Amino acid sequence: MSAREEVLARIRTALGEDRAVVPEIVRDYRTTDERTHAQLLDVLTDRLEDYKATVLRCSPSEVAPTVRAALGTAMGEHSPADVVLAPGLPADWRPDGSVEDDGRPAVALADYAATVTGVSVAIAETGTLVLDGSPLCGRRALSLLPDCLVCVVEADQVVGGVPEGLARVDPTAPLTMISGPSATSDIELQRVEGVHGPRTLIVVLVH
Amino acid sequence: MTGVFLGLPTAPRGVGHLRGDRSFPDAARDSLRDGQLRANLGHATATIRGKRAAVVGEVPDWAELREAGRAIKAATMARLDDHLVALEEQVTARGGTVHWARDANEANEIVTRLVQATGADEVVKVKSMATQEIGLNEALEAAGIAAHETDLAELIVQLGEDKPSHILVPAIHKNRAEIREIFLRTMPGVDPGLTDEPRKLAMAARAHLRERFLRARVAISGVNFAVAETGTLSVVESEGNGRMCLTLPQTLITVMGIEKVVPTFRDLEVFLQLLPRSSTGERMNPYTSLWTGVTPGDGPQEFHLVLVDNGRTAVLADDAGRSALHCIRCSACLNVCPVYERAGGHAYGSVYPGPIGAVLSPQLTGVEDNASLPYASSLCGACYDVCPVAIDIPSILVHLRGEHVEAQSRTTPEAVAFRALSTAMSNPRLWRLAQRAAGLGRFLARGRPTLPAVLPPPASKWTRTRDLPTPPKETFTQAWAREHGS
Ligand code: SF4
Repeated sequence: MSAREEVLARIRTALGEDRAVVPEIVRDYRTTDERTHAQLLDVLTDRLEDYKATVLRCSPSEVAPTVRAALGTAMGEHSPADVVLAPGLPADWRPDGSVEDDGRPAVALADYAATVTGVSVAIAETGTLVLDGSPLCGRRALSLLPDCLVCVVEADQVVGGVPEGLARVDPTAPLTMISGPSATSDIELQRVEGVHGPRTLIVVLVH
Repeated sequence: MTGVFLGLPTAPRGVGHLRGDRSFPDAARDSLRDGQLRANLGHATATIRGKRAAVVGEVPDWAELREAGRAIKAATMARLDDHLVALEEQVTARGGTVHWARDANEANEIVTRLVQATGADEVVKVKSMATQEIGLNEALEAAGIAAHETDLAELIVQLGEDKPSHILVPAIHKNRAEIREIFLRTMPGVDPGLTDEPRKLAMAARAHLRERFLRARVAISGVNFAVAETGTLSVVESEGNGRMCLTLPQTLITVMGIEKVVPTFRDLEVFLQLLPRSSTGERMNPYTSLWTGVTPGDGPQEFHLVLVDNGRTAVLADDAGRSALHCIRCSACLNVCPVYERAGGHAYGSVYPGPIGAVLSPQLTGVEDNASLPYASSLCGACYDVCPVAIDIPSILVHLRGEHVEAQSRTTPEAVAFRALSTAMSNPRLWRLAQRAAGLGRFLARGRPTLPAVLPPPASKWTRTRDLPTPPKETFTQAWAREHGS
């Protein structure tokens, strides 16, 4: 018998001939949100700041200058060519001089100092940005290797809780849920921001 | 019905880390003498208990989520075969390869073979309980393959040639000064001026691992949840070491216990709320990666999923103990357990310490190989109260004690831990505490054996082990007051 057949046979033996009916799953937890959209934006901001991320708000026409200003604050003097963009980033979000991900080997993305991407959905209650590998969000390594990550979130991408957020994504896409900068709690269970992923997370909230 | 009765094999001896060299009371005796260890553990678990309570308290529908989590797990186990077959189908359809392993030895062979096929002589690893359980690092090492742990706590354990003592924070028994000392001693090129500031220590780990991530060709991970319906796998983490491993290498090998499957993608909406708040006490952990098979142009282009039984089907066969398989490894039960807080994780002898370890390890190995663990508890019930999937650990402990007693002939020498039970039962102070927490009521009502049958014949013979599982009076009382507010 192959290992596959044997493991499956063991499970069938363990569960027995007369299998109990599958217990019903009651989903009476919250799957919608009664808060206004303005309130959700405030909650998202509060949660992200709690994770030590920076949140900047701007109008749709101010995205590029806001991103540029954010990069300046985070990195000080830098060359625009050190900033790499998700390939699907809208033209009017792009800071001048920054470069699009050209598909180089993933590890070579470590040469950049900062990344700018969009998001697929943002979950207010947990301060979570979901990136889905689409051109707007870029491949996974893009939001991982450069030390500073700027994510542009549009107001209508913000939902209340985790169920609403997951309902909006494609389950088979390469998904990354990001809640603040990289962190660890491994030393005396105290949270310290900044380990292997980006040490700086800046969220530009467009509304 | 038990797995042993049905002839279902438990996890084999001689491989992996499910059995200690000594019984729990023997091992606990050492930790109880180690004041530094107890101080480190007390400090760390108090911190995490406070954080967890705060972020769980702010969720108005926690009870509903917890019940849904419990129900999803019970429903999964009831049709485990169907869900695994569906998972295999989906992963395969999306470019992954699925392997099945009856036990630790077979899983180690499969992974070793897969690594060898790539020609690599080193791998980077994401923290994974399953690979610790099966002793994968040792197996790889025997084949000349270096396995680099990349989780900070795992790295501390690996560099210190130590053993993990906690599910979530394997180096919880080390404080910052001890970690600094390990880094200074073992990290090539580390700054000799390294301080014990946690941020500085984290930066030293970042520098140490960066180049390894960038050159790695093969990564090995575990999995938190695997979705049968879509083939989606997930790893929940904080540092970004997981993302490095899941994204950069050419080949990814994921090892999962068969109980980690969940039926639908929607089920993640429950677990991704329950897990972070219960484990690190955060609203959400910094990074959760979800991937399905292979995505062209993004991440590893070769993906293998190894499904491991290693005693799980034997656990599944026991209706009274099966729910130990529902565990999502949050470690909340460790952090609230007065026995764990004093004995420390090493005393349990298994990669699964604390309350969940006390019920899971003996079931995976057969109770005869971990006979003292079901007694490593005061049955206070704190573990059940915090468990995000409502595993009734105290009832399983009582059930396993009953099994152990049944397996013992009355004339054979009792296991050392069996005497430990008599200690608790014959110490008036503990007895009163147990009554106050209704643990006694639970014990009397649920266990098959009635109380007198559980006690070994000389119930008063407790002097030898008195100071072992019995925590020191003052601190135990203090802890009790803190946890239960009385
Ligand atoms: S038994 Fe429950 S509380 Fe303990 S680690 Fe598992 S899920 Fe968490």
